[in-house]
Amino acid sequence: MELRGITKRFPGVVANHDIDITVRAGTVHAIVGENGAGKSTLMKTLFGMHKPDEGTIAVNGQQVTFSSPADAIAEGVGMVHQHFQLADNLTVTENVVLGMEPTSRGFLSFGAARTRIRELGRQYGLEVDPDALVEELGVGDRQRVEILKVLYRGARILILDEPTAVLVPQEVNELFGALRELKGQGLTVIFISHKLDEVLSVADAVTVIRGGTTVATIDPEVTSARQLAELMVGSELPSPATGESTVTDVDVLRVENLCLVSADGRSLLEGISFTIHKGEVLGIAGVEGNGQAELVEAVMGMRQAATGTVDLGGSDMSSWTTRRRREAGIGYIPEDRSRYGLLLDAPLWENRILGHQTERPNSKGLLIDAAGAKADAQRIVDEYDVRTPSIDVAASALSGGNQQKLIVGREMSGEPQLLIAAHPTRGVDVGAQAAIWDLLRAARSRGLAVLLVSADLDELIGLSDTLRVILRGRLVASADPATVTPEELGSAMTGAGAAA
Amino acid sequence: MKSLSTFSVRRVGLALAAPVLALAFAVVVTSAILIGTGHAPLDAFGWMWAYGTAPDSIVLTINLAVGYYLAAVAVAIGFRMNLFNIGVDGQYRLAALVAAGVAGAIHLAPILSVAITVVVAMGVGALWAAIAGYLKVKRGVSEVISTIMLNYIANAVIGYLLVPGKLAVNVTGSEGVGTKVIPASGQVPGLAIIGGAQTKVYGLVVLAILVGGGYWFLLSRTRFGFDLRATGRSETAAVASGVNVKRMVIISLLLSGGIAGLIGIPNLLGESYSYSQNFPAGIGFTGISVALLGRNHPLGIAFGALLWAFLDNARQILDLHQVSKEVVTIMQATAVLSVVVAYELVRRYSISRQQRDVAQTLEAREVTV
Repeated sequence: MELRGITKRFPGVVANHDIDITVRAGTVHAIVGENGAGKSTLMKTLFGMHKPDEGTIAVNGQQVTFSSPADAIAEGVGMVHQHFQLADNLTVTENVVLGMEPTSRGFLSFGAARTRIRELGRQYGLEVDPDALVEELGVGDRQRVEILKVLYRGARILILDEPTAVLVPQEVNELFGALRELKGQGLTVIFISHKLDEVLSVADAVTVIRGGTTVATIDPEVTSARQLAELMVGSELPSPATGESTVTDVDVLRVENLCLVSADGRSLLEGISFTIHKGEVLGIAGVEGNGQAELVEAVMGMRQAATGTVDLGGSDMSSWTTRRRREAGIGYIPEDRSRYGLLLDAPLWENRILGHQTERPNSKGLLIDAAGAKADAQRIVDEYDVRTPSIDVAASALSGGNQQKLIVGREMSGEPQLLIAAHPTRGVDVGAQAAIWDLLRAARSRGLAVLLVSADLDELIGLSDTLRVILRGRLVASADPATVTPEELGSAMTGAGAAA
Repeated sequence: MKSLSTFSVRRVGLALAAPVLALAFAVVVTSAILIGTGHAPLDAFGWMWAYGTAPDSIVLTINLAVGYYLAAVAVAIGFRMNLFNIGVDGQYRLAALVAAGVAGAIHLAPILSVAITVVVAMGVGALWAAIAGYLKVKRGVSEVISTIMLNYIANAVIGYLLVPGKLAVNVTGSEGVGTKVIPASGQVPGLAIIGGAQTKVYGLVVLAILVGGGYWFLLSRTRFGFDLRATGRSETAAVASGVNVKRMVIISLLLSGGIAGLIGIPNLLGESYSYSQNFPAGIGFTGISVALLGRNHPLGIAFGALLWAFLDNARQILDLHQVSKEVVTIMQATAVLSVVVAYELVRRYSISRQQRDVAQTLEAREVTV
């Protein structure tokens, strides 16, 4: 596949310009870049979701024009989306054939499809039970189904968008095994990512995109992650490592024997106990869905715990409402910022008020102080480098990284004693990630206690003073971030073995 | 700051574009129907305008609009937090009946008597709505279902209470029954503010204006209003911000029902002085349309209520010209339907427009840096 001088403009914005990439057949070619660098625009061009304004695409030496994904599929190009596009209540086979269901005499007939899926699975090391319901499958298996879907349609060139974002290290290794298998059989893989270590370990060539254009194509054999990252950012590099320990022996948050039961009686959290001290970052590692979200919501008072106590700075707050907990000095960076952290339709200054409705400068008594909130929103925009033309634009108009910086700035306001940060750098670009890490470190050295939940193991290991592993609603292991490796942590997260 | 003003000015412009487009579309549809049935649209609209702008018609329009306005505000309070109070109709009629019964029985100083009537009406409306709130919070019953059902129950309760010996007496000179006529001390005199009119505007038009102002202040200036709007925009974000959503559901339904209780009062104390079988019904449902038309905004609702009342009055003339007056109902319905679509289109357009603008401004800034 060959791309020459691809340029794509949106009204007022040039998303891609002069993109040149040559992908050799039978290789894994990675495309890396920060969020907002133009990766997704390029990907949509590759898959025919929109037409480039300039430039040409050639597949196997033949120039092609894609007016729709159907054209791309016809040329043997398939795409595996970052967010799975599967119907949970259908089986693997049904999902794979969806949209091109095989029929015999007018009736559905899955026999041949089932055999074909088994064959494809064996051939490429992507085995999945064709009759399993998708809702019963884990994340790794779901991804295999996505890849099978594309292969079933006869794709020879696979585009994978951030395929490892949702996987634990072991699953990543399995995925990479499958990718090597695909490559071995002559297929071509275009791999989009911003996780550099992974890119370097699996790719045969890496193209870096920055500011909407290709800045370099490098050989991973002779390039380090650091050099690659510098190409991506265009400047010096952030790292999550914290400096001196600032942990004190003053308890800020003490959780004891916390248990939480779901409405239908399942146990969500069992016997959770931990203490976070002033100036300490406690990291919670775990595969998603093992109770992290519930733990955060229980500490925030958004869910009522069945038993156990939560104690903030010496006062038992188990029976407090969320608002009272926030007023007592808890800042909250929720994991899903668009659902829990922002009012997307509301202007930025109203979002400054959200979560701090009863605090100055947002309100005076029972009234909202719009002038105060606006002034403080402007302060956050300036201090936290939120890129926006005005505090009157709706939150939905900002990029993910800038939305997150606004949230971080808001939650750091009013000198909280405890910050609950759930995936604080998810979906933000490297620049914003570094900024957020700096902010967390600075707040920690001023004595903030932080409960950090993250799926990014480097972030967890780099920022935390103490690490705990959560599995099926229990804290099953502790680890010392100074010595533990991501692999060891990954094993502990899946219950395969205890961490150091 | 230039950018600040551009974003605010554009927001206002876009907010006005939707209803204007919807009304234009409704006029086009109505015209097509008039042409199809062999009438000249301009003639029909001309007759309506001439009739509707006569002084007595204006008084009638304002008086009708007062009820519509209160009803729409009651509905809008619910809408602002994604609650659909369809029970405004039952709430106001039950409230008017009980208030009429109380007002007919008391003889106090004029202002005190009116104040008691108003408070009773609000209380009854609020309590009736609170049943739906309780069911939603404690039992998870959708307020859409429960408020509709409560309308029917209100009908039955009204039928039960409106018999001689309970809240009603026999009305002299007719076969119907009604509550005891409210004594002069409990009535509110009309205002002769429209020159040339024989009739007077309800004195309690003031009540509607106060309610509108209060609604605006509550929603845009108070912490409670912020919590209410936040809940409507995103319940999950509101919960995370510390809003007690169950409490908000109860309070907003109490408020909505309380305002609903006022709907019949200007008429009761300014014209009919008694609740009887022919007390105006259905205003609660009109309120839903008006709230949609006015986009839950206090001024938008005022405009919507006046427009709706104007159309209701002006169409009476069409009968005289052998034009079916139902075309106006079609016009009202088309306007509501298309305004809902238009607001959504405008909303989507303004979001993508703003995203583009933000990207553009930032890019320009980067170039200059």
